Amino acid sequence: MNRSPTGAAAPAAILAYGGLRLSAHKQASTARPLRVASAAQHYVLPLDQHAGAPSTPRVRPGDRVLAAQPIAAPGGALSAWLHSPVSGTVSAIEPRPAPHHHGAPTLSIVIANDGREQRVEPRASVSFEQLAARELCQHIGHGGIVGLGGAAFPTDAKLLGSQLEGGPHLLLNGTQCEPYISCDDMLMRERAQDVILGARILLHALDARHCTIALEEDTPQAEQALRAALSRCHDERVRLKVVPSIYPAGGERQLISAVFGVEVPFDALPAGIGVVCHNVGTAAAIAHWIRDGQPLISRIVTVAGDGVHQPCNLEARLGTPITTLIDDCGGYTPRMTRLILGGSMMGSAMPLDTLPVTKSTHCVLAATALDLRSRTQEMPCIRCGRCSQACPALLLPQQLHWSIQAGDQNALARYGLMDCIECGCCDYVCPSQIPLVERFRDAKTLLSRTQAEDQAAVAARTRFETRQARLAQLEAQRRAKLAEKRQRLGGRPQP
Amino acid sequence: MPFATEAAPHVVAPNSVGRVMRTVLYALAPVVILHWVFFGPGLAIQILLGTATALLAETLALRLRRKPLAPFLGDGSAILTAVLLALCLPPLAPWWLIVTGTAFAVLLAKHLYGGLGANPFNPAMVGYAVLLVSFPVQLLHWLPPQLASEHAGLSLAETLSTIFTGSLPPRLSWDAITSPTALEALRTNLKMGMTMGEAHQFASQERSAWLWIDLAIAAGGVWLLAARIIRWHIPVAMLGAIAACASIMYAIDPGSYAGPIFHLTSGASLLGAFFIATDPVSAATSDRGRLVYGAGIGVLTYVIRTWGGYPDGVAFAVLMMNLSVPLIDRYTIPRIYGHAR
Repeated sequence: MNRSPTGAAAPAAILAYGGLRLSAHKQASTARPLRVASAAQHYVLPLDQHAGAPSTPRVRPGDRVLAAQPIAAPGGALSAWLHSPVSGTVSAIEPRPAPHHHGAPTLSIVIANDGREQRVEPRASVSFEQLAARELCQHIGHGGIVGLGGAAFPTDAKLLGSQLEGGPHLLLNGTQCEPYISCDDMLMRERAQDVILGARILLHALDARHCTIALEEDTPQAEQALRAALSRCHDERVRLKVVPSIYPAGGERQLISAVFGVEVPFDALPAGIGVVCHNVGTAAAIAHWIRDGQPLISRIVTVAGDGVHQPCNLEARLGTPITTLIDDCGGYTPRMTRLILGGSMMGSAMPLDTLPVTKSTHCVLAATALDLRSRTQEMPCIRCGRCSQACPALLLPQQLHWSIQAGDQNALARYGLMDCIECGCCDYVCPSQIPLVERFRDAKTLLSRTQAEDQAAVAARTRFETRQARLAQLEAQRRAKLAEKRQRLGGRPQP
Repeated sequence: MPFATEAAPHVVAPNSVGRVMRTVLYALAPVVILHWVFFGPGLAIQILLGTATALLAETLALRLRRKPLAPFLGDGSAILTAVLLALCLPPLAPWWLIVTGTAFAVLLAKHLYGGLGANPFNPAMVGYAVLLVSFPVQLLHWLPPQLASEHAGLSLAETLSTIFTGSLPPRLSWDAITSPTALEALRTNLKMGMTMGEAHQFASQERSAWLWIDLAIAAGGVWLLAARIIRWHIPVAMLGAIAACASIMYAIDPGSYAGPIFHLTSGASLLGAFFIATDPVSAATSDRGRLVYGAGIGVLTYVIRTWGGYPDGVAFAVLMMNLSVPLIDRYTIPRIYGHAR
């Protein structure tokens, strides 16, 4: 299990891990070329749009800022830089509704666009090959780069955390198995050279010798573009690997199994088995930062679904209101019913469309009844086992469901509730139409709370017992000293 | 513009419990039709009686439990119970037999334990076991297929009158028309001291009709496998275990024990393997668990048939393995992704 898959030539093992073949629904958004989203009047930048500690503002309301100017610095060891997407004035630093809080407000920097498109002097292009790996990682951090696959994990931290002896195997994730999302496909089709350059920078930053770019079998144009870009730069270290289009093969752990035929231990990161996985979008963003001095101030967002007139992929500046993207796609159709950030399987439905694009916004799904298929009457579980056939984590969702009903926390732990990746496959196939993922999410919260309480209780008891022992020891020492003193003074025993 | 929010996933497959149960019923349709061709309309009448009883019992239980009627009556599970039970009864069995058995299955074996999805025992097999223990004589009146051809058979009216009055038309008598099942015949003949060859000859008169029906059952089972309603583990394990036991005993003493082909094609082997043991509610959960569960049913079936007091053992074998499911489930939890074996 713990061997490095660097040289492993194992066959694609994805069929061993459940999953579903879903209709991709990507033709509509990939039929139109990538466009730049329209400018907005105000840009809202939540300070906690990445994993880790929120960033600390470097500007104050009223300050004038330029595009690409840093406006917030990392607020902790795991945090990220934030740059202004446009030139203008900081109009407020206040809580604003944020997509990653389901529309609840979070502290954000609001910038009023002055429309002048003034940007900071781009720093001179960095010759990355001359930097030491660690320096390069830190430099990538200054570009505000985070994982663009959706998790928004600060890339510098991930790179620094996976500096392995002998170099890890770099896996670039170009699969987007979830229906509707096509931003990575479009990126690879239109900016393959950026992805390849990003791969080479990452190889250097990791001191790695091999890079595999994983693609799905249903993105042949992206594959062609990448092959063309590869043949131009003649980098032998970078290879392509096409995997079956099975949902959720694009999940980090699932993809590693599909490409290398090994599993990532549940308690380890992929680096533990010598693999570091980054999204192709992240690689392209790194290329922009290193080559052009352009920090992460925009990203590609898929606008899809029957709820907009012209689905397409837009390069949108961070903080752009979703309404602007919708307008760029010809506005809502009359059938529009549900606004989903993400795809149809794992996306979150949003109550409002004034939310800003953040570093983790990869898809805006304007869904209608054509895109959705709501549940009918929920029936009791008949234990048919469809869910366990579909589960990529090899769990028994039906047993988890029964254990939740029984309130049996021990069984939930035994059946691996915490290993659930919430992909929704079980939910999708369930003939009883049970909203399994929702139940699992709630149960996870409960279980982790119980486990934390248990741990706290154990810690408190240990603390108490240690203290008692320490006090007893001190008391014994005191008595011993006293007795000794008394003996020296005359040996008279105490009455 | 405010939108309604709902939890992911936002799409689900167009599937339902009703669809699952109906598919199983469709898979049984050819069996019922062939049965009519060979043995007359008896089974069809039993199915109608059982279905009516099942729906009435289900309605009563749902009313008492204050559950909505429409979704549960429409899920087809009660009907499937009735049909499976009817398939186990002789086609001319008196009406109260199927009514009692079905009512017992639906009311006690299913709803007393919490209804759909919560019954630890296969309801149809509970119903059958109750009938077998309480009314063993009535369960022996099986018809030979010749009745349909040579004796011109029983008409629909005669069949109905036999089922409802319990007596045959004056031109026929029970002794004249009923025959033991192949398993029963084999077992009595062996007891009477016949050799295996003689015993088989006696028993094989009606084999061809039953072989056709077995073929229909197997075809239905394969269709359910292809439609992914059932998985291969239980049928393969159960039939494999029966075949293995029969082969071993046949190899040891071919004069006293029937071979694997006989055991696979007689009694409720195939019906049990594809349609009864595969009831997901009362079966083991994981793939490995289902292999153990199916194999257990196979072994017990063979043991009861060969050395037990009943001609066929599928029902009791299924019920006994139902009992073992919590234990099997406990020890066959599959390895989770990223965890060591």
